[in-house]
Amino acid sequence: MNLITALARLLIFPGLLFAIPAAWFFLWVERKSVALMQGRVGPPFMQPFFDFIKLMAKSTPQRSGIAGALMRSWPLIALAAAAGAVGLLPVLPGSGGFEGDLILLLALLELPSMCIIAAGFSSRSIFGEIGSAREAALSVSYNIVFLLAILSIAASQHTFKLDALAALPASPLRLLGIVAIIVCLPAKLHLNPFSLPNAEQEIYSGPMTEYAGPELAMWELSHGLEWVAATGLVATLLAPHLGAWWLAALVFVALSFGIVLLLSAIAAATARLAIDTSVRFYWQCTLIFAVLAISSALFVRYRL
Amino acid sequence: MKLWRRLVCLARRRSPWLFHMNAGSCNGCDIELVAAISPRYDAEQLGVRLEGSPRHADILCITGPVTKNAVNAIHTVYGQVCGPKAVVAIGSCPATTNVFIDSRTIDGPLQKHIPVDVFVPGCPPRPDAIIQGIAKAAAILAERGMNPPEATIAIAAPTVEEQP
Repeated sequence: MNLITALARLLIFPGLLFAIPAAWFFLWVERKSVALMQGRVGPPFMQPFFDFIKLMAKSTPQRSGIAGALMRSWPLIALAAAAGAVGLLPVLPGSGGFEGDLILLLALLELPSMCIIAAGFSSRSIFGEIGSAREAALSVSYNIVFLLAILSIAASQHTFKLDALAALPASPLRLLGIVAIIVCLPAKLHLNPFSLPNAEQEIYSGPMTEYAGPELAMWELSHGLEWVAATGLVATLLAPHLGAWWLAALVFVALSFGIVLLLSAIAAATARLAIDTSVRFYWQCTLIFAVLAISSALFVRYRL
Repeated sequence: MKLWRRLVCLARRRSPWLFHMNAGSCNGCDIELVAAISPRYDAEQLGVRLEGSPRHADILCITGPVTKNAVNAIHTVYGQVCGPKAVVAIGSCPATTNVFIDSRTIDGPLQKHIPVDVFVPGCPPRPDAIIQGIAKAAAILAERGMNPPEATIAIAAPTVEEQP
């Protein structure tokens, strides 16, 4: 991957030029589909865009010193990490990549969640601290399953290169891994059965409680980009290998859209679980499947 | 620059986020405010979102006749809402203190403490009236966007006679 293709992937497709409208679109699809399932009309199409513009034009409370600088920087770090994760997705066939970019993608996907934890604690609001503690507990639980699922896919296909992973045909083991990733996505995206960190009826907005104006807009945008990156990761793993670049892009968008709809349906149909139930869900129910997936992947690898 | 300002005005009108505050209300207006975002009335069509934190809000919705206990909280929360902001007084209580007039536990009406932009009278008001009040407040917000927020708060406050 040379500099020009790297920049094109980061800035144009699937990077910022595609990802920011896609982030707003996915946020709208989530709100609209939840509204439709509740028998409402729901927000208009441009709603996330208007929310973003309005937040950008609002004032923020005066904060000085290290705490203020930290609070201003967390959303920017989260935004940069999420944008980088989107840029790494191997959407177009033969677009390059490097050995081990899967590991970088996982790190970048994890960074926004770390920033949320740090932001909640540095805001010094009691609701922010509770939200951060919940996010940390949840992140420790779902990440084990998430990482094991991705490791099982990588181990069964002998590579840590995203481009090579996306090009290989899907095997039953890989589908098992993808199901495990989808089970983790509601917790990663703070969706309903696991929307504990920002549980609005209990702890206001959790780690975001003290954020306002442009900083909050950056959080909303980084959340939208996380949607694009997380659904895009599943979409690239699911998508069949296609020769034409426009067909690959189309299949990527369609698959991402389908996963967004699936996640919104789950979010609309379920109520929030308590933190101990959520942690138990990941450690007791899904960990078994993830361990099964990775052990069978290793077994297949050493038998062949 | 002009285009950006017009876009901001449009965005402010299309995306009013609320913070709901109870200043000693009997819960009647609170239930009607919640009904306004329920499937039957669905205020989300106008971009309305009920936010958990006053920092995120544009419009402060206050119910209740302002008890003495609530006065400090009202000042704190009003200060926590970032500008430009608007205040909607929901129900007859914050407008006139209603049946609690002359009570020794009441320090109302709301106008005494913070500038109010829109009054939604009724005991309780219907959800459609509340939605209309929010839409009016959003329109006020959009116009206020052109000016610095501190200059317009005093202008936007309508004058009412002091309660006897």
